[in-house]
Amino acid sequence: MSNDLPAPEVGAEKLGAVFGPASADDQHDLVQLLTPEGERVEHNEFAFDGDDETIKGFYRDLVLTRRIDVEATSLQRQGELGIWAQLLGQEAAQIGSGRALEPQDMAFPTYREHGVAWCRGVDPLALLGLFRGVDHGNWNPADKNFALYTIVIGAQALHATGYGMGQLRDGVVGTGDPGRDEATIAYFGDGATSQGDVNEAFIWASVAQAPVVFFCQNNQWAISEPIERQTRIPLYQRALGFGFPGVRVDGNDVLACHAVTKAALQRAREGSGPTFVEAYTYRMGAHTTTDDPTRYRLSTDLEHWKLKDPIERVRAYLTRHAGADESFFADVEGEADEVAKRLRTGCRALPEPQILDIFDQVYAEQTDELAAERDAYAAYLSTFSDDHNTAEVVS
Amino acid sequence: MSQTTLSKAITNGLRASMEDDAKVLVMGEDVGKLGGVFRVTDGLQKDFGEDRVIDTPLAESGILGTAVGLAMRGYRPVCEIQFDGFVYPAYDQIVSQVAKIHFRSKGKVPMPIVVRIPFGGGFGGVEHHSESPEAQFAHTPGLKVVACSNPVDAYFMIQQAIRADDPVIFLEPKARYWEKAEIDVDATPAPLFSSRVVREGTDATVLAYGPTMKTALQSAATAEQDGVSVEVIDLRTLSPLDMRPVYESVRKTGRAVVVHEAHTNLGIGAEVAARITENCFYSLEAPVLRVGGFDTPYPASRIEEEYLPDLDRILDAVDRTRSY
Repeated sequence: MSNDLPAPEVGAEKLGAVFGPASADDQHDLVQLLTPEGERVEHNEFAFDGDDETIKGFYRDLVLTRRIDVEATSLQRQGELGIWAQLLGQEAAQIGSGRALEPQDMAFPTYREHGVAWCRGVDPLALLGLFRGVDHGNWNPADKNFALYTIVIGAQALHATGYGMGQLRDGVVGTGDPGRDEATIAYFGDGATSQGDVNEAFIWASVAQAPVVFFCQNNQWAISEPIERQTRIPLYQRALGFGFPGVRVDGNDVLACHAVTKAALQRAREGSGPTFVEAYTYRMGAHTTTDDPTRYRLSTDLEHWKLKDPIERVRAYLTRHAGADESFFADVEGEADEVAKRLRTGCRALPEPQILDIFDQVYAEQTDELAAERDAYAAYLSTFSDDHNTAEVVS
Repeated sequence: MSQTTLSKAITNGLRASMEDDAKVLVMGEDVGKLGGVFRVTDGLQKDFGEDRVIDTPLAESGILGTAVGLAMRGYRPVCEIQFDGFVYPAYDQIVSQVAKIHFRSKGKVPMPIVVRIPFGGGFGGVEHHSESPEAQFAHTPGLKVVACSNPVDAYFMIQQAIRADDPVIFLEPKARYWEKAEIDVDATPAPLFSSRVVREGTDATVLAYGPTMKTALQSAATAEQDGVSVEVIDLRTLSPLDMRPVYESVRKTGRAVVVHEAHTNLGIGAEVAARITENCFYSLEAPVLRVGGFDTPYPASRIEEEYLPDLDRILDAVDRTRSY
């Protein structure tokens, strides 16, 4: 022990001097590159490397993602979806990080990553199946390198870490060839940081130096529980304890989210290990459409965060500094209308699942006993001569 | 041909699988330099390297959760859980993820993961080291559950489980790790998901698996001295169950006794008894009886011999079923 250490003194107010602070000031650590007023600002570590055309593309992504979300919420209200997990307010975090991914990177989402799905090229209609109750997600993870939605909180952080360990073993990390190097990103929320699986994922990824970016959208609420119920220190500061860097980014700033995620992915790809990104944002909607946020949060909070809207600031920037005119915005709006229309008609046309199919999807190698259970139920169904299933059973 | 212990048979099976397929990984706590607490993975890290025999952090959910990601990447992870009672921290990943991802993806994402669990008591362990959680996994659609009972089966079944494209809970009877037998590695093994008549008889059928197989066979030998002919079946696969040899046997003997170390209430024996009743009702001369662990937590080891199904309790059940 160094002689420079102060002598321990009795009294709680003195403990900080010996053990360090129990909490930290988190107000000055936010990476921001585009202010809520739409002005570009510099940061000494992170820079946005795209041009105005890229930003226009981001604007389109943001608007379309919000429209998908709004349309799906409406479909739920109309009884077409059983439930919907809204992302309102989190568009920039998802588009910024999603657009930072290379095609060969792998993404592991929660059930709210509709914007990331959009960036990966997953048909928004495919997302609706899960919430309509026709399937558990109808896309192939390998097609777009976008895993199926995971409902259990934080479980996918471990899947991402294992996948990243596979990338390491496959020799596609640190090759020096940007077209070949791969990384994995795991999405989760602030509530998930309390889960054992997420903490285990941090440990594993750190020990294995897995090429994983842990992208936490801190939207301040885990259903009704505020962030204060999950942590006593800013989340990004936890990363250091696990042995990798953590950074807090303005989650409503698409440019900053893009820049920070891109840098973190680059670290991963070159073999420098995991990074924790805390996108500091706010869930403007409910947790899901079954939730009632007026029971647990103040309307003044909502008003405060409305001023930080992720889309308005990009629109302001494009108008003032990038020469975007009304026709540009109208085009994007028209495209959103088309997507919305397609979702409305497509949702109602999603094929109904067939009960007899479930028996064939449990195992890769069917078992005799499950096949027998299927056959017995098929035979039972066939006794209802008028039943619409009869034709299928007979064929 | 030399005698091989059950534990060494699994080691040899793992080695053969790793030689056959570079995608096979062994992962778990202490599986590397130490060779596992039961030395089942002894020497594998030396031969296959730290990238294929992975000493993991001490985190069971992490072992299974990362195995999911590795399986999605095309690997075939073989996860070792150190003791049966330590599998519960990984239970969520096993039942909510490993078991469901094939179904969730409508067959697009297979989960070729093997979870090796040394299970059962009778070796003087402390709390959490002697449990029999098989029914919990057999109750979960999407998992397959098997239990080996002898070195020959152990050698072949572990390789078959690793080759399977579905997740397999592979139960190893730790009290039998030191049992020896000759293994003909060139023999054609029985299918993985099949039960097997290991001793023929005519008066009653005794069904067992894993550690209780040896006790069941001893009880049959003892009964024979009293002029009672007991047929013994090794179930081997608990999910799916292979009931055809069982039905055949019960139709012949008219009597069945199911034996396992796990708690009797809602155990594998309950399912087997129900199926026998549904399928062999008119052949039965007596109700199907169960001999199992009591419905208490596993006791302290100095009284475990009384807790575990033994020769006397099995023979008593055989007598009772013959008294109807």
